[in-house]
Amino acid sequence: MLSDRSPLSLRAAAIGGLLFLHLPILLIFLYAFTTEERSFQFPPPGLTTQWFGVAWNDRPDIWPPLWLSLKVATIATAIALVLGTLAAAAMTRSAFFGRDQISLLILLPIALPGVITGMALRSAFGVMDIPFSIWTIVLGHATFCIVIVHNNAVARLRRLSGGILEASADLGANAFQTFRHVLLPNMGTALLAGGMLAFALSFDEVIVTIFTAGSGTGSKTLPIWMLDELIRPRQRPVTNVVAILVFATTFFPILAAYYLTRGGSETAGMGK
Amino acid sequence: MTRSAILPARGPADRLTAIFWRHPRVLLAILLTPPLVWLGVVYLGSLAALLLQSFYSIDEFSGVVKEEFTLKTYGELLRPSNFDILVRTVSIAAAVTLACAILAFPVAYYAARFARGHWKAAFYLGIMLPLWSSYLVKVYAWKLILAKEGILGWTAEQTYTGWIIDGLLSIPGLEGSSLSTSPIGTFMVFVYIWLPYMILPMQAALERVPNSMLEASADLGATRAQTFRTVILPLALPGVVAGSIFTFSLTLGDYIIPQIIGNSANFIGMAVYQLQGTAGNIPLAAAFAVVPIGIMLVYLGLARRMGAFDAL
Repeated sequence: MLSDRSPLSLRAAAIGGLLFLHLPILLIFLYAFTTEERSFQFPPPGLTTQWFGVAWNDRPDIWPPLWLSLKVATIATAIALVLGTLAAAAMTRSAFFGRDQISLLILLPIALPGVITGMALRSAFGVMDIPFSIWTIVLGHATFCIVIVHNNAVARLRRLSGGILEASADLGANAFQTFRHVLLPNMGTALLAGGMLAFALSFDEVIVTIFTAGSGTGSKTLPIWMLDELIRPRQRPVTNVVAILVFATTFFPILAAYYLTRGGSETAGMGK
Repeated sequence: MTRSAILPARGPADRLTAIFWRHPRVLLAILLTPPLVWLGVVYLGSLAALLLQSFYSIDEFSGVVKEEFTLKTYGELLRPSNFDILVRTVSIAAAVTLACAILAFPVAYYAARFARGHWKAAFYLGIMLPLWSSYLVKVYAWKLILAKEGILGWTAEQTYTGWIIDGLLSIPGLEGSSLSTSPIGTFMVFVYIWLPYMILPMQAALERVPNSMLEASADLGATRAQTFRTVILPLALPGVVAGSIFTFSLTLGDYIIPQIIGNSANFIGMAVYQLQGTAGNIPLAAAFAVVPIGIMLVYLGLARRMGAFDAL
């Protein structure tokens, strides 16, 4: 009989690994309250909540990037939801010529390093003389968000029995009625989860964005703003306040995606 | 009066449904066209533009891109200063992948084999949340940790172990005024950021190792170590290779981490970024970007042969 109890050293190493993944993020929270704004002194010499007020009132440079990021993430998610669902519906049907190649094509934007996607898009904009705008950012984001929605939808469609679609057809529903009354309610949570993950990914993306945003001030997304603050810091705790905001904006969608798809073999987010 | 067993078509929607039923390929084409057009035009089109630009060259005197086919730009990659960048990037990607595999194993193994009920969920979320949470926030957190006056330095001072950090920082090639300006810092942050990408496929592969095989191995008299080496490791290998695709590829292309943490030694991603930006040498930037594509295609080919795609 094999022991179901783990050796103590293994348990310690596993829990140590998890702590290693989480403790650094907690520091972001601590440093948002420090009174020291010029260095990363630990322990903080004093604690204050003034930086939240400063970020709200005295830093107008935070707001335009925040709105731009929300706008880009919303549009990119909407595009990815449509295209990702269509691709998933096609891919779960019976085998057809070129299926493996198409599946690779869908995966490629996240399998290749972001710098390649970014550089490739930038070259294309250069060759075709497309000026940088919010739409060039959306173009890049939607491309790598498609695979996120696609993966979630494919996992759910595979679990869904084909019988209910046939039953719907037998009862006289046409393709659109089947989609509206049978397929959509069954896929709803998977699509919602995929959409939220795509939103989180787009809201946070910086590697591709730098190549597709151009250098104008109006094209600065929140992650680009944060990167600027990391390279040329001023009022460091304010950066922490914004970091907490970014963290929360991605944390809750991820958590929600997990609870929406829990219990299946296809829990959301297995592949980023 | 006879009634047909088939309902009469009531409108265009029904007629379309009939077409879909008789010609499934029509539906398939309708479903596939929009995503394929998007990915084909936007993504493959861009990759083609990248490839095209990498065969152009830049006029050294005027700085203008000459739009005629040449291999000169690829030749420039072999210049010692550029070749160093390629070697450095591939080495750190390999080192990061190895470190991730070692660190990920206990977490993945415990989560796959021993965690039950609430613990299972806790482990799952515990790996998922760092994977998905903001990349820049995580990098920033490490800037706080590795700074000279930061928590790591403070802990070392309190425990009188500062000499370990000083010792590491005096190793030739790894020098820096603090960990956050040393290549050691770059390496640590890479390992931290990409670790969850290794744990997940590894855990998935380990979960597929049947318990009966472990029992059989024990029945046949194998010690824990022997079972690990001869049963678990070979069966988990596809998962390790699948994870390594991510850690290797992501390290290969990253240009934010070395820019913020480390001694600003150049990596492929940074070279691409700088060449297309301030230097304006798009052909060379494109040539640099083609290198990771080539490396990853070879890598993916090898991984496929080792069955890693089934573990994804």
